[in-house]
Amino acid sequence: MTDFSIIDKLKRSKILDLLQEGKRIDGRALDEHRTLEVVTGVIPHANGSARVRLGDTEVVAGVKIQPDRPFPDTGDRGIFICTAEILPLAHPSAETGPPQPPVIELARVVDRGIRESGMIDLSQCVLEENKSVIGIFSDNVVTDHDGNLFDTCSYASVAAIMTSKMPKWEMKDGEPVVVEGENVDTPITTIPVSITMGRIGEFILTDPNIDEWACLDARITITTNSDGNIVALQKGGKDGFTYEQLVKCSEISISSGAKIREIIKKAVGETQ
Amino acid sequence: MVINLGGRKSDMVLLDENGIRCDGRKVNETRKVTIKAGVLKNASGSAYIEFGGNKILAGVFGPRDVHPKHMSNPDTGILRVRYHMEPFSVGERKNPAPSRREIEISKVIKEALEPAVMLEKFPRTAVDVFLEILQADGGTRCAALDAASVALADAGIPMRDLVCACASGKAGDALILDVNNEEDQAGQADMPIGYMPNLGKITLLQLDGVLTPDEFNKCIELGVEGCKKVYEIQKNALREKYFSKGD
Repeated sequence: MTDFSIIDKLKRSKILDLLQEGKRIDGRALDEHRTLEVVTGVIPHANGSARVRLGDTEVVAGVKIQPDRPFPDTGDRGIFICTAEILPLAHPSAETGPPQPPVIELARVVDRGIRESGMIDLSQCVLEENKSVIGIFSDNVVTDHDGNLFDTCSYASVAAIMTSKMPKWEMKDGEPVVVEGENVDTPITTIPVSITMGRIGEFILTDPNIDEWACLDARITITTNSDGNIVALQKGGKDGFTYEQLVKCSEISISSGAKIREIIKKAVGETQ
Repeated sequence: MVINLGGRKSDMVLLDENGIRCDGRKVNETRKVTIKAGVLKNASGSAYIEFGGNKILAGVFGPRDVHPKHMSNPDTGILRVRYHMEPFSVGERKNPAPSRREIEISKVIKEALEPAVMLEKFPRTAVDVFLEILQADGGTRCAALDAASVALADAGIPMRDLVCACASGKAGDALILDVNNEEDQAGQADMPIGYMPNLGKITLLQLDGVLTPDEFNKCIELGVEGCKKVYEIQKNALREKYFSKGD
């Protein structure tokens, strides 16, 4: 990995030089995200799916909905679980084997943004209280890695969940039995959008690409809901943010979040 | 080993009185195959294949340093293949950890590709092939092998031949080409074939089910015909990437 860090140092000085002139290495404005493409319904076997490209980062998300046992302490709610995996074909440095801490963080941050927003009304996902509920699994796989996996996975999962259809189950002799041909829309209450920003020196960069990512001082992921409220937040990296920087980040997350939400809505064909 | 790929019922008519199969194909017809080369930015070579309902991404890295080091061979390069299904690729959510079935398929695909790749030119290195099944619809190992071979060529790795693959089998008492999911679940035989068309060598061959010796011979002939059709599509995918801009 030594060769990587030498390249990163060179890149960092190039990126810093450009930032002094207010420029980014790929020509974007500081608060500009990369082109977002969302295609839904790409995996007919899944109950909902999406392929999302943010610049050159690509993620496929598939939603599977099936009966499950509730968590012991929340027998009156369905289950939502979101996972993420960087496939080994996504980047030369990605490896097979058990997930490393950064990938675990990725999955948990994406999960938290969607879970904490209350996007899915899990109280409508109960078949028999304390015994059988509907489980909604959103699995993200990164197929091409060019930085900012947090947001790309989050958009992919949100688009997949929004387009998902829930099969209907009835309890017969204590077991859930699927009612053929009766699919309903998954109960959606809001559209969470995560925005990840990085700090290099005093500059705040929205949606850092992989080169910028390699030389961030610190990063922050902020998820907002349709009302423009912040629902989840995760700071990462080995340095911090000042209060003023955090206020700026939250403003960017709300304004950029609104733009992204419109793109996702349009792709999903939503008019709400 | 049985894996539930679609969760569908198996009481369907696999072959009707006019010799038409459950998905409307004739017995000697393959599903629609489309291949695109060079779809990933980071990989040395890549390909995306849609083989009927199968959707598969292949990515190749290397030749590159071998980790762990003890796997490296001073006389030749090594080929490593990982075949992996996404949790959402099948009817019931699949546990993302590699199953015994996936490990076995990785091995047979590796052994199907090894004769084609000139690994001896790259001693002490590894070529890694990653095959990600985004959606499975019967015949994933053949489709994955087709994509792997295009991805290796796209990576510029010297090869003796492309490896093309297609299954043949038996359903409704007839020999059929390109066994789909329903026919795999409820049919009488499924025989995936990997083939190097210019060298005339079969490099992958498996069989689940019962065939008479005569049926077996015919099944191989039928499968090889299917492989040759796929070979043309593979070549076109590479032509499209490297020769389409008028040069």
